[in-house]
Amino acid sequence: MKRKTMPYFLMAAPALALFFLFHTYPLLQGIFYSFTDWKGYGDWDFVGFKNYLNVFQDKRAWDAYLFTFKFAVVSTILVNVISIIVALGLNAKIKFRKSLRAVYFMPNILSILIIGFIFNFIFAHFLPDMAKSLGFEALSKNILGDPDLAWIGIVIVSVWQAVAFNTILYLAGLQTIPSDLYEAAVIDGAGKWKMFWTVTFPLIAPFFTINMVLAMKNFLMVFDQIMAMTGGGPGTSTESISLLIYRGGFSGGEFAYQSANAVIYFIIILVVSIAQIKFLQKREVEL
Amino acid sequence: MNSKRINWTSTILLILGAIFVLFPLYLTIMVAVKSPEQIAQSILAIPSTFHFENFTKAIKMTHFFNAFKNSAIITVFVVIFTVLTNSMVAYAIARNMHKRFFRLLYYYFVSAMFVPFPIIMLPIVKETSRWGLDNLLGLIFLYIVYGLAFNVFVYVGYIKSIPRELEEAAIVDGANVWTVFWRVIFPLLKPMNATVGILTCLWAWNDFMLPLVILSGNQEQATLPLVQFIFQSQFSTDYNLAFASYLMALVPMIVVYVFAQKWIIGNVTRGAIK
Repeated sequence: MKRKTMPYFLMAAPALALFFLFHTYPLLQGIFYSFTDWKGYGDWDFVGFKNYLNVFQDKRAWDAYLFTFKFAVVSTILVNVISIIVALGLNAKIKFRKSLRAVYFMPNILSILIIGFIFNFIFAHFLPDMAKSLGFEALSKNILGDPDLAWIGIVIVSVWQAVAFNTILYLAGLQTIPSDLYEAAVIDGAGKWKMFWTVTFPLIAPFFTINMVLAMKNFLMVFDQIMAMTGGGPGTSTESISLLIYRGGFSGGEFAYQSANAVIYFIIILVVSIAQIKFLQKREVEL
Repeated sequence: MNSKRINWTSTILLILGAIFVLFPLYLTIMVAVKSPEQIAQSILAIPSTFHFENFTKAIKMTHFFNAFKNSAIITVFVVIFTVLTNSMVAYAIARNMHKRFFRLLYYYFVSAMFVPFPIIMLPIVKETSRWGLDNLLGLIFLYIVYGLAFNVFVYVGYIKSIPRELEEAAIVDGANVWTVFWRVIFPLLKPMNATVGILTCLWAWNDFMLPLVILSGNQEQATLPLVQFIFQSQFSTDYNLAFASYLMALVPMIVVYVFAQKWIIGNVTRGAIK
């Protein structure tokens, strides 16, 4: 049956217009301004690729990229390892199954900013106090105040929260595995470890891909945790790329310069995501 | 067989892990109901007297009810309009994927998932302030529009699995596309509407970056996360008040979660795999 397209077009057109106006148009503007010397106010001129070249020579930008990548890679790996373990546990025949699932999923509903404030207190006061009263001198100072260790604090908070969502996805994946596959593996004499690598892991591969890509993408955009815990410090040791763009763009008079940085950042996120999808999908198997 | 027995090792390990998950919340409650002297004695012990005035003081200092109202308005409007509009857009796309225009539209929306917010952050702030949208209304707009990328992705996946025969029958009976959508399709989308509604609710309630940049300086319209941030930077030493304030900002979502957790977990799982 031939149906008219017009009503469908009317359904989609307003969204298309608004999406263009509030998403694509600012995106194009950002790209446009990255080729100028605009400060965010006043006159501007075209400067070609000068901003881009300057970003590559900017120590602060390099540091932000290094910190963000170090943070994102470590957090992505930790989150996925922990989530798989927790999901396997929650999928096993356990007592208090529903309550435990509810508890493990809860961090996902909480504001990461406020969680950051709470962990800030834990690192700055609670842990040092505990360490002192127990006599662990090594742990008696605030790790967020140490330029070499502060990033670990941010990893801990981010992992604490992100494990919840990734666990739920893995749990969904584990439930798609038919139990007769395990029974067959048991008959073949496979141990627990072998069963995981030959049955479970290959079959949740699509979920592994989704989780790795989502986690990496989210961690590369890290912002709230850092605003809540270190504000980028000490010094600029925990300044992430989004924080640098926010600060430089709004209060540093670097509108055009940080626009160029944002374009580079966009391209990097895109390349990383596509590379991950290509690489990880190659090892997925179909049931 | 083996699989029928309760796995106690896993149970115990998971309970230990659960303590680690719950501990920061326990700590938050303990700090929020104590006085600084009680904190100095012991942070973790349950206090003999509760200092509920921490909450009343925090309410005053943060203008809590104003911020609560702002966050509630944003969340309610965003959830309702997101579910009503995004599902409709997705329906139009899903049923016309064989046409080039709609196929391109699908990829156009979905590809936005990979655009990091910082790249549009600087221009969108200029744009919203020029158009007088640097307020609650503007935020509501932006959440509805920015949710489109992910929501179209999950809705289209779901609508494709709904057999077309249901619609054909209604059209033969003389219904037009709009009636078909609202009477036939929309009710069938219930599980997906719930998923999108929940995820949108969590996002709109907890988001910090968008209010931070859009509402710059407009304290009257500040949302709860933004208020916590301002509060933290001004009164960072008074932990009891700060924690009372954090707790009050966290509680609404915890209450929602306690009542709807089974449903939330189920729906998020379903929404995520599509």
